[in-house]
Amino acid sequence: MTENINVISAEKLTKRFGSFIATNEITFDVKKGEIFGFLGANGAGKTTAMRMLTGLLTPTSGKATVAGFDVYKEAEKIKKNIGYMSQKFSLYEDLTIKENITFYGGIYGLTNAEIKEASERLLNKLKLQSSGAALLSSLPLGWKQKLAFSVAVMHKPKVVFLDEPTGGVDPITRRQFWDMIYEEAYNGVTVFVTTHYMDEAEYCDRVSIMVAGKIEALDAPKELKRIYNSDSMNDVFIKLAR
Amino acid sequence: MNAVTVNNISKSFGAIKAVNNLTFQVEQGDLFGFIGPDGGGKTTLIRMMNTLIIPDEGSATVNGLDTIKDYKKIRLQIGYMPGRFSLYQDLTVEENLNFFATVFGTTIKQNYDLIRDIYVQIEPFKDRRAGKLSGGMKQKLALCCALIHKPEVLFLDEPTTGVDAVSRKEFWEMLKRLKQKGITILVSTPYLDEASLCDKVALMQSGNILEINTPENIVKKFEKPLLAMKSKNMYKLITALRSYKFTNSAYPFGEYLHYTDTRETYSVEGIKNYLMQMGVTDAEIIPALPNIEDTFMQLMEKGND
Repeated sequence: MTENINVISAEKLTKRFGSFIATNEITFDVKKGEIFGFLGANGAGKTTAMRMLTGLLTPTSGKATVAGFDVYKEAEKIKKNIGYMSQKFSLYEDLTIKENITFYGGIYGLTNAEIKEASERLLNKLKLQSSGAALLSSLPLGWKQKLAFSVAVMHKPKVVFLDEPTGGVDPITRRQFWDMIYEEAYNGVTVFVTTHYMDEAEYCDRVSIMVAGKIEALDAPKELKRIYNSDSMNDVFIKLAR
Repeated sequence: MNAVTVNNISKSFGAIKAVNNLTFQVEQGDLFGFIGPDGGGKTTLIRMMNTLIIPDEGSATVNGLDTIKDYKKIRLQIGYMPGRFSLYQDLTVEENLNFFATVFGTTIKQNYDLIRDIYVQIEPFKDRRAGKLSGGMKQKLALCCALIHKPEVLFLDEPTTGVDAVSRKEFWEMLKRLKQKGITILVSTPYLDEASLCDKVALMQSGNILEINTPENIVKKFEKPLLAMKSKNMYKLITALRSYKFTNSAYPFGEYLHYTDTRETYSVEGIKNYLMQMGVTDAEIIPALPNIEDTFMQLMEKGND
């Protein structure tokens, strides 16, 4: 449920690489419990923006806070207060399911007791109780992604960043994955998500569309469709990004 | 005439049956799609058809040639763009293209017509090393390299995966133009919405073909009346429907969710009343037409029963 508290706040946030401006003065806020879709063409600057917001890259200029922490001075605190998963890298294939949970619990600073509790809760929810000792590599892709998401929110972060979380996943599992996103958002976790599936853009409370380093549009999907006189987000995206 | 025939073909890797006893044909000149999630067997199937993997069982032909006995002849007649970028990263755009032309005993000049539309878009960067290109440009170069010897059959393995909606649209427009030049195209994709751009598609999951037909005919196979529903609070709506005793399926589909009912006959009013009791007071319910993704999910569920 969206509440009127800013969990992410960016003002004229900019990153230059030499003469190339990857992210050009982007300004936006994301509220507590909001599902925020961060869209853009390949090379539009999404990854750079995400790396600044997750404390991995220092901006060239502008301001931003994430979970109440400053991206320049408190990058380490940001990393502890967010969750992150991507399609390309999430969990370790050669660790068991339980070992992955324990490892990430440790990284996120949970105590042993908390890890034990979170591990049971998480395996129960995914109905993987009997598979804890199985290697991650034995799980089908869709299950890996659901597990990776559960792990990314196991420390109850204020905000979770999802970078193309559902790529290549079958349509039923993709929807189960979004059920999990809805549930976390309902419980107050802010969700910041990138995707190439335009139907998923419709599931977001608000969507921003980046074109050549700038945010060209930012609104609820319904409003964007009205403004750009389109019947789908796919159409809105093509009108803006082409 | 058939460009490709596949007869009872299977391939396992250890305990995993990647491709499970498949039989089908692809007609000459068709744009044929293999569509489904990762792990469906798409890549293994393509690599058996284009002679790179030997099947455990069954056989396949390309242009009437056997993929095992005549693999050398087949390789001269086909183009292949693998899922992973596999050109030479430390050669320039032009050097890569020249290399592939030379390997096939031709020149860029000889077949330039075929690639012109695509190559002009990357020509300004012809002196740039392939490893330094953006994703979209790499993809265009890879397609040029797969076409430069004027193949009769083109195999494309997930050319649009991870590509944004605009570039995907452009890529499919390129494929349409290639098809008009008479090339048979076999393409795999995890994006179900791309099915409608093919002449014929095979829906694949876990090594099996769930259905093989034209996109129009696949959608006709959807068995139940479909309703589209929405509410200001979609999470509440979907939770309510999940616990409704007559729900057959309820899945989000963009702005709406798609619903099917277990009963033969029912009234929308009845569903609305139930939703009211559950606190969803603003549900909008309208009849909807199924798309490929609805059908795919129905077929998946059937397979799981």
